[in-house]
Amino acid sequence: MNGRGFYTLFYKESLRFYKVALQTIVAPVITTLLYFLVFSHVLEDRITVYDDISYTSFLVPGLVMMSIIQNAFANSSSSIIQSKVSGNIVFMLLAPLSYIEVYLAFVSASIVRGLMVGTGVFIVAVSFVSLPVYNIAVLLLFALLSSAVLGTLGMIAGMWAEKFDQLAGFQNFVILPLSFLSGVFYSIHSLPDFWQNLSHFNPFFYMIDGFRYGFFGVSDINPAVSIIVTAFALMLLSMLTIFMLKRGYKLRG
Amino acid sequence: MTMAIEIAGVSKQYGDLHALKGIDLVIREGEFFGLLGPNGAGKSTLINIIAGLTRATMGSVKVLGHDVVNDYRNARKCLGIVPQELVFDAFFTVREVLRIQSGYFGLGQENNDWIDELMHALKLSDKADTNMRALSGGMKRRVLIAQALVHKPAVVVLDEPTAGVDVELRNLLWTFIRGLHREGHTIVLTTHYLEEAEQLCDRIAILNHGKVVALDTKQGLLNSEICRTILVSIYTVQPVTIIPPEIRDKVRNVESHYIEIEIQKNVDSITDILESLRKAGIDIADMQTTRADLEDVFMEITYKGTT
Repeated sequence: MNGRGFYTLFYKESLRFYKVALQTIVAPVITTLLYFLVFSHVLEDRITVYDDISYTSFLVPGLVMMSIIQNAFANSSSSIIQSKVSGNIVFMLLAPLSYIEVYLAFVSASIVRGLMVGTGVFIVAVSFVSLPVYNIAVLLLFALLSSAVLGTLGMIAGMWAEKFDQLAGFQNFVILPLSFLSGVFYSIHSLPDFWQNLSHFNPFFYMIDGFRYGFFGVSDINPAVSIIVTAFALMLLSMLTIFMLKRGYKLRG
Repeated sequence: MTMAIEIAGVSKQYGDLHALKGIDLVIREGEFFGLLGPNGAGKSTLINIIAGLTRATMGSVKVLGHDVVNDYRNARKCLGIVPQELVFDAFFTVREVLRIQSGYFGLGQENNDWIDELMHALKLSDKADTNMRALSGGMKRRVLIAQALVHKPAVVVLDEPTAGVDVELRNLLWTFIRGLHREGHTIVLTTHYLEEAEQLCDRIAILNHGKVVALDTKQGLLNSEICRTILVSIYTVQPVTIIPPEIRDKVRNVESHYIEIEIQKNVDSITDILESLRKAGIDIADMQTTRADLEDVFMEITYKGTT
């Protein structure tokens, strides 16, 4: 195990987003807060999702998780595509790093960025609305698992894409719709049966519903199911990513 | 003797294109080895396979006995590659780039002195905290060399390191690389400047159409058939009106005050030829000889198809 090699790649991936923190941390926090302010202002008195929980409170965990998901994905995917397009990925490929070390370093940095943005959104949101914490362990578990899933998915997208346009397509036509249609702004029980059933095929739904359970102790489905689905998604995507790295898919000629 | 690089039966196919066709090549430890060939000959593909950046369709490559696929960690630790393209990470400074590269190889703060030494030797010290984006092309080239050497590899592969650099930097790079070679590093060089290869390399392989078409010591190549010919240009005081019969078959060109003669090294004697001209009443005003160099050998082998 090249422990220092892994740590260096993790450090480099973290330093990369830290150097442009205005774009990678501050901007997503502000964008998410704009969603929060607009939706809570318009819908606060019109929608009741769970008894005794205001719509504004309901909204916060979903927005925090959405920001975690989107930024964890953006971190690994943008780093890989940038390195591929500019050619500097060779420096990592020439190093004695194993596929597992590369995988873990990229995903860990994605988790760090996802959690930093999520924490930022949470801290600012709780200055507007009081939020209970029902089970902090469940909450942290979903934050970690979900950011790991999206960090892994970001690696797959980054390796697959050959130009920025393809990655933007992945982001706009897969990540964004799946996160918006996962119950961030509503409970899936408010949807017609067809859409409700369809939501069960969206892995992001389980991440957000389980995360929300950590705050309120209530959820649309059993949180144990959400943990299993999220962990299973992480396992499958990790296996695929490691396989792609081992094959050098679109990385090594 | 330990082999620095052993290439056995390496082929690479991209669809219908055979970039490499069964390359067998051994580079000995401590050699300064030149890998020459025209564009598209397969030099960069071969280097990428040695570096593990490209997978061979068939065959194997070992660096100091370590297979580049099955024992990639040890193979990569022994190898420093200077890529042909000016690639860099725009997020970081020179020092950060070098420390990150050092960390990839499992080296920590204990390697910082060597990094400072490298920056000093490559005249990068005053740019240590400058972002890579702000560097000139020549400076970026020096950083690439420093990156390749940050883990003190035994084998250094330079893929056209002087392409597009000015004379001053070229001299600095060659002085630096000669120093590395003196310290015992094995150097593998690809270049389009054949004069450089002639000056620096102990042994040279010429690749063409994915095959090794020549492999010999520099002297061996220079002693080849084409290099046995010497062209003698003689400028005469009097107009040339008569050619002595004993040198008639060697004359290639005659003008009013000029004779061009082709002689074979170690066969013909320039002294005898000059004596013949003197006896024919021709006084010599000036004379120059032109020997074939590595470039002529290269042109002969790659463009005329002989080996």
